[in-house]
Amino acid sequence: MIVILFIVSVIIFSLVNVLPGDPARLMLGQEATPEALAALRKEMGLNDPLYIQYLHWVGNILHGDFGYSLRDHSPVLKTLLQKIPVTLELTFFSFVVAILIALPVGILSATRRGRLSDYLGTFFALSGISLPSFWLGILLIYLFAVKLKWFPPSGYVPLSENFGKSIALMILPAITLGTHLAAELTRMLRSSLLDVLQSDYIRTAYAKGLLERAVVIGHALKNALVPVLTVGGLQLAAFFGGSVITETIFGIPGIGQLVVNAILTRDFPVVQACVLFMAFMVVVINFLVDIAYSIIDPRIKLGEVSKG
Amino acid sequence: MSEPLLKVEHLDVGFKNRKSFVKILDDVSFDIQPGETVCIVGESGCGKSLTSLAIMGLLPPGGRIAGGKIIYNHEDLTKKSAKEMSNIRGNEISMIFQEPMTSLNPVHTIGKQVAEAILIHQSVSKKEAWDRAIELLRLVGIPSPEARVKNYPHEMSGGMRQRVMIAMALACRPKLLIADEPTTALDVTIQAQILEQMNELKKRFGMAILMITHDLGVVSEMADKVIVMYAGKVVETTDTKRLFQNPRHPYTQGLIASMPRLDKEVDELPIIPGNVPAPEDMPTGCRFSTRCPFATELCRTKAPGLYGDEAHRVSCWMYTNEWAGGGQEHATGETIKL
Repeated sequence: MIVILFIVSVIIFSLVNVLPGDPARLMLGQEATPEALAALRKEMGLNDPLYIQYLHWVGNILHGDFGYSLRDHSPVLKTLLQKIPVTLELTFFSFVVAILIALPVGILSATRRGRLSDYLGTFFALSGISLPSFWLGILLIYLFAVKLKWFPPSGYVPLSENFGKSIALMILPAITLGTHLAAELTRMLRSSLLDVLQSDYIRTAYAKGLLERAVVIGHALKNALVPVLTVGGLQLAAFFGGSVITETIFGIPGIGQLVVNAILTRDFPVVQACVLFMAFMVVVINFLVDIAYSIIDPRIKLGEVSKG
Repeated sequence: MSEPLLKVEHLDVGFKNRKSFVKILDDVSFDIQPGETVCIVGESGCGKSLTSLAIMGLLPPGGRIAGGKIIYNHEDLTKKSAKEMSNIRGNEISMIFQEPMTSLNPVHTIGKQVAEAILIHQSVSKKEAWDRAIELLRLVGIPSPEARVKNYPHEMSGGMRQRVMIAMALACRPKLLIADEPTTALDVTIQAQILEQMNELKKRFGMAILMITHDLGVVSEMADKVIVMYAGKVVETTDTKRLFQNPRHPYTQGLIASMPRLDKEVDELPIIPGNVPAPEDMPTGCRFSTRCPFATELCRTKAPGLYGDEAHRVSCWMYTNEWAGGGQEHATGETIKL
């Protein structure tokens, strides 16, 4: 885990440094005098060899200091900590939506294979994957916010400030993001369940006298979850990278917006911090997924997978 | 004879193809008395397993019972709903399968799986079911069952897993145990142990066993009565002693001749040439006529019925008056060189 984070940090650091653009000039503007530029470069340590700069950077991060934004000179960590809960909330609700859809639809599709509910489920999965989120998002806003006025169209209120309003604002973006994820999970669950339902131990379960519902839920589902978990974990990690489009449409100030703005304005410390955070989340989620594997399937031993 | 425990009458089972219905089992009839061990023998693809799955109501997708009856306890199992069948499965009739390695759910402990079989059919507490599961595991010869109940299937050997399957099948003291090639996937020494165990448990519980096998050694070890199947049809039924001493159907004779024997030294075991015909192009006459060394025009054009008495039935023209080829000589011969 630590090795991976180290490699990621090196890559992030080098990437930002090979990019064109001079942070000192960015901070001082085009009219700055060469003397002022030189002074600032020296102050920022930009003249030091790269590895010294890297060690400084990493050392500071380990002390919780992600540097200051080149734009508004606010501490990066503070900005990041403001945005993380937003993205976390959106991710959480999207997952709730996705699981609420994917579990029943996937199970129905697999157990009623070749029948109407299977075709409907497959149709949903295909359309959910192919619908672009900006289109779905705008459609949802138009329908539920503009026409029906069930939910507010966009904006964000922290959960702690106004619980009801926060959730009302989250529903449409969560559906937008969750539908796509639900579609992927449905597809995975369907094919994985179909596979499992063919196996000998499912026949044994029937032979014991279990009815279909008990066989599917008690015996097949747990076995079918491993591949679903893999896909779900990858998606979860991606969600932490922020969902730029959805966040933009619904005016949610999450990580996605932050990182895109930072890239566009060459605000390198913010970019670095965001990318590092995303990488960190990917590593953490992979680790959690590995733990979940071993809980679901006793044949997977934790000791063998946690090295990754 | 007393009332049979299970009576299979003129059973037809087949699969729905894209266009047509392909019949696999054709007019299969036999019965099992209480406490009796009946073996169904035949080579791969002859419909042995399908017969047992049809009795359990567990035909694979696409499979359908097209005709006939399966009478158990005065009731026709083919007419039962899924719910009614689930009350019989695992309770009155249990089944163990060929593949112990894959027949247990890998994500549940064996204790849970055995206890589940009890909990489905009996109103006992989880604790009681768990204790009974331990007792059952002890009964089937699993050492230190108190510790083993917490094991997962992948932590056990094939033989041990098959014992777990047997424990599970016996959980509700079924009247009939269907065993589909229970020892095929096991080592020879383990095979003998498992068979011995089954015989012992059978005596103890007084249950009947329907054993599906292709191994005549298993037949001689276990069976009271034998049903020989070929290409979805019953070709011979009789008791075990008669089958080995006086096999009548040329197919049975071929099977027995191809068995290695300790008392006779041969360079090469005889084989039955050819393969079982595919279900789509079954010969119009006797299904064995394509491989039978005695086949005549009659055999090729007209399918024989089952002839003989209660003690020994055979489906072959040679034992009828229509036979013109002097089949009686062959019929009494011990085995026929093929």
